[in-house]
Amino acid sequence: MTTDTAPTVAIPSVRAIRWKRRQVATARFIRAFSRYRSGLFGVGILLFFVAVAVSAPYVFPEYLLDPNANLSNSVYAPPSAEFYYWMGTDDLGRSVLAELAWGARPSLVVGILASIMAMIIGTLVGIASGHFRGFFGGSMERLTDWFLVLPFVPTVIVLQAVLGETTIWITVIVLGITSWPGTARLVRAQTLSVEARPYIERAKVLGNSDWAQMVRHILPNVMPLVIANTTLTVAIVILSMTTLAFLGLLDPNLISWGGMLDSADATGAALQGAWWFLIPPGLCVIAVVLAFTLIGRTLEVVLNPRLGSN
Amino acid sequence: MSSSVEDVHTQTEIVIEVDDLHVTFEGREGGTARAVDGVNIAMRKGEIIAMVGESGCGKTTLARTILGLEKPASGTVLSHGEPLQYSGRALKTYRKNVQLVLQDPTGSLNPRHSVYEAVAEGPRTHGMDDETGRVSRALAMAGLRPPERFFLRYPHELSGGQRQRVVIAGALALDPDVIIADEPVSSLDASVRGEILALMLKLRDELGLTLLVVTHDLGLAWNIADRIVVMYLGRVVEQGPTEEVLNNPQHPYTRALLSVVPEMHGTEQIVLSGETPDPTKIPSGCRFHPRCQEVRDGVAEKAGVLAACQSVSPVILSAQIPVGETELGHDAACHLVTPPPTA
Amino acid sequence: MAQQEPGGVSDAALDPTEFGRVQRPSRVSGIGRFTARRLLTGLGTLAFVLVFNFFLFQMLPGDPLARYKGAREISAEDLAALRQELESPLWEQFFNYVKDPLQLDSYSTIQGKPVWEVIADALPWTLILLGTSTLLATVIGIWIGIRAGWNRGSKFDKNSTGITLFLYATPEFWLGLLLILFFSTGFWIFPGIFPSGSAIGSGLDPWTVDGVISIAWHTVLPAASLAAVYLADYSLIMRASMVDELGQDYLMTARAKGLMDRAIRRGHAVPNASLPTITLIFLNIGFIIGGAITVETVFSYPGLGLLTWNAIQADDLPLLQALFLFFSVSVIVFNMIADIVIAAIDPRIRL
Repeated sequence: MTTDTAPTVAIPSVRAIRWKRRQVATARFIRAFSRYRSGLFGVGILLFFVAVAVSAPYVFPEYLLDPNANLSNSVYAPPSAEFYYWMGTDDLGRSVLAELAWGARPSLVVGILASIMAMIIGTLVGIASGHFRGFFGGSMERLTDWFLVLPFVPTVIVLQAVLGETTIWITVIVLGITSWPGTARLVRAQTLSVEARPYIERAKVLGNSDWAQMVRHILPNVMPLVIANTTLTVAIVILSMTTLAFLGLLDPNLISWGGMLDSADATGAALQGAWWFLIPPGLCVIAVVLAFTLIGRTLEVVLNPRLGSN
Repeated sequence: MSSSVEDVHTQTEIVIEVDDLHVTFEGREGGTARAVDGVNIAMRKGEIIAMVGESGCGKTTLARTILGLEKPASGTVLSHGEPLQYSGRALKTYRKNVQLVLQDPTGSLNPRHSVYEAVAEGPRTHGMDDETGRVSRALAMAGLRPPERFFLRYPHELSGGQRQRVVIAGALALDPDVIIADEPVSSLDASVRGEILALMLKLRDELGLTLLVVTHDLGLAWNIADRIVVMYLGRVVEQGPTEEVLNNPQHPYTRALLSVVPEMHGTEQIVLSGETPDPTKIPSGCRFHPRCQEVRDGVAEKAGVLAACQSVSPVILSAQIPVGETELGHDAACHLVTPPPTA
Repeated sequence: MAQQEPGGVSDAALDPTEFGRVQRPSRVSGIGRFTARRLLTGLGTLAFVLVFNFFLFQMLPGDPLARYKGAREISAEDLAALRQELESPLWEQFFNYVKDPLQLDSYSTIQGKPVWEVIADALPWTLILLGTSTLLATVIGIWIGIRAGWNRGSKFDKNSTGITLFLYATPEFWLGLLLILFFSTGFWIFPGIFPSGSAIGSGLDPWTVDGVISIAWHTVLPAASLAAVYLADYSLIMRASMVDELGQDYLMTARAKGLMDRAIRRGHAVPNASLPTITLIFLNIGFIIGGAITVETVFSYPGLGLLTWNAIQADDLPLLQALFLFFSVSVIVFNMIADIVIAAIDPRIRL
């Protein structure tokens, strides 16, 4: 053999170069992302709400949310100059502003956790149904189609009843279970297109098992799409959660924007003209959902070279 | 042409053999496509075989079947005389010996893997020792020197020729006996093609590799192959030593292919008539007869074999060395060459 | 070296057995065959929904007898029969269920009527709401999408995309509450002209002119809420597919041929770009049937949504089970219609 002397590459330098490459890639990604004003706008809104969610307990003490501690306040008091009551009071005389701040917490937590759950299930099922031919792949595809037709609200209601109490974790699970089929379908389509690339054929011939093909070759190539899609899923999950809260299907002790709207509807805020209890929670929902939508759409373009070239 | 043709032909160790292979595809509506329809091929150690034919003739399917990527409907692929088993473990062992180089080097490399990862993938999968050493030796062998300089490059930072060298290195890292190359240079720039072909000849000479080159390009076959196998619609129609086949083509189809190669001057261009072949509707008799220029021009009729061309299928060419001979001959599946028994 | 493709076939990519391509021979199939196949998978999905429906409601905690008896008057014998049925082994119950998946004899516990009668009463309301809102959302959404996509980057595009994204993020019931606040209660400069109570009050016959006007008047606000949210969906998709379509070679060719902008838009771009939107519209119809729960609740609009809400509030499980089945089946059916319609328009889909 005409080999040169076997070279020894110092491991640290390999690491260093790899680390450098990561940095370069990250910088390139940030630069590409920041070209999109709508995406940055979304990030801005999101950061604001994250800050609100984190600081809520420090800025608004818990007694503000306790119905029994606010009995002396007037119900549906309009906005006033006092900070806690900038947004007036609700049907129980509590500070609407405090409720809004605390309401950011379940939206973000449930939205993100349930979406991650949907992402994991959807990615597993999607890759499996795209990679395996024959019975197994077919069953996974059918399973996706089946779950796709389940009517969302009734399914969630029944699932919640089956799983017992309506704690926030039950809500996460229920929303996770019902939100994955869309991701699975998308991942399946993307898997099929990756499978058609010659490097999968090469990987097979190199002796890779199905598992290795999926983990080493398919997963890294569907991941950008999955991330963009998951961000969009968060938006939908938050909307769904708001619907559930509005229908009284969330933990009643939990302060949430949807729950506020439920109270507003139940106590006739609209008919009494109490706009301060009606408009702000809706706007908060819209802002967070919009933030995730804008970020997701930007990620779609930035992470997908085909769309980005336009 | 390579200088070692004579040495090769006296060696008889058969590395891979294909015995009466049939591969079919089920179309949901269109019936069964007989992509490979009775093929015998024997690949001897250190030999370069060019498998030529137009698109859809089944050459790529045949190559995939030899790699165990496609299961034959009937017939066997034998490796060192042992029939190929289709269990995951057996295939894995087998593929350590038989490797693949594809047409499109850009597509054959995962864009998210560095050169090192791409080449190390095989040894890592097979749990081989001295991974770094293997990778650098393979890269050097494939002409990427000094190898370390390429370790952390990504495919998009390399030229087409370099990418194909990475793919070849990925195959070499496993120390295979056989490399199957599917149109290995057809997506490369003309200037790079010669280099890659030279590399393949070098690998054969230095490592004793056996190469099966699938191509539609007779010029390429002329440049590197010891032996040529011409396929038409799922079957071998002519086979023999490169020089003989190209200088003295027997089968009308081979002649037609040759007539359009610019280097082969002196012959008039033969234009094939008729539809492009469809493997779901293989004609009766000789499968080439609807497009055959000899049938069209009445040569077959004069020779009195026209009826046979239309109804009798020519004998399937054998890959065995005939009794009493020392090497494979040159033969063609044509009634004009070997008259049918009844004629 | 020769780069000649002998025999006339010049594109190696056409070879279906090409290395690394999806190993499926191309096939052409008729629309009839496609429809038959699609119906078959639809039936499979239906079977799944039936099984899912059965076991889901089986798993519910609590006393099943109380759930199924509810408020209705029931004779001692029937009660005994019901008890016997509910206490029989699971497989036997499942067998009985499969024999009669619609559960024609099951009664709504709140209304004391057969569930399917209750559903049939509410269905026309839902159809009116659904029809109106879908029509509005489709027409406006597609129009915005076409205009925005065709003039990408224009002022119209920027504004409409902003507004539609905002609407897309809006909970439809919140929009409903706002509409009540503005147009029903009357607020600030807005006149409270639309009613929010029940459309058919005491003694009003829906088949009179007054009845029809009342229904129409009551449908405006809920239909507007639903339409606003869904039109956002349609216009975003329509815009995206227009932009996609405009990048296609054939449109360049059409422009190069000197076809008028308008002619290209009508004749080429719009028909092709509409396919994803059409699919989505049909899919959404299936989902809106069950998804209008909140809007109907907000407006006390007596369709299937309000019925579902009442069933939830009162734990009316037989009714809920029937509604669940009805919603699932409508999604399956509209899914199927969407696929078949698309396949009829675009032969590339019939794989």
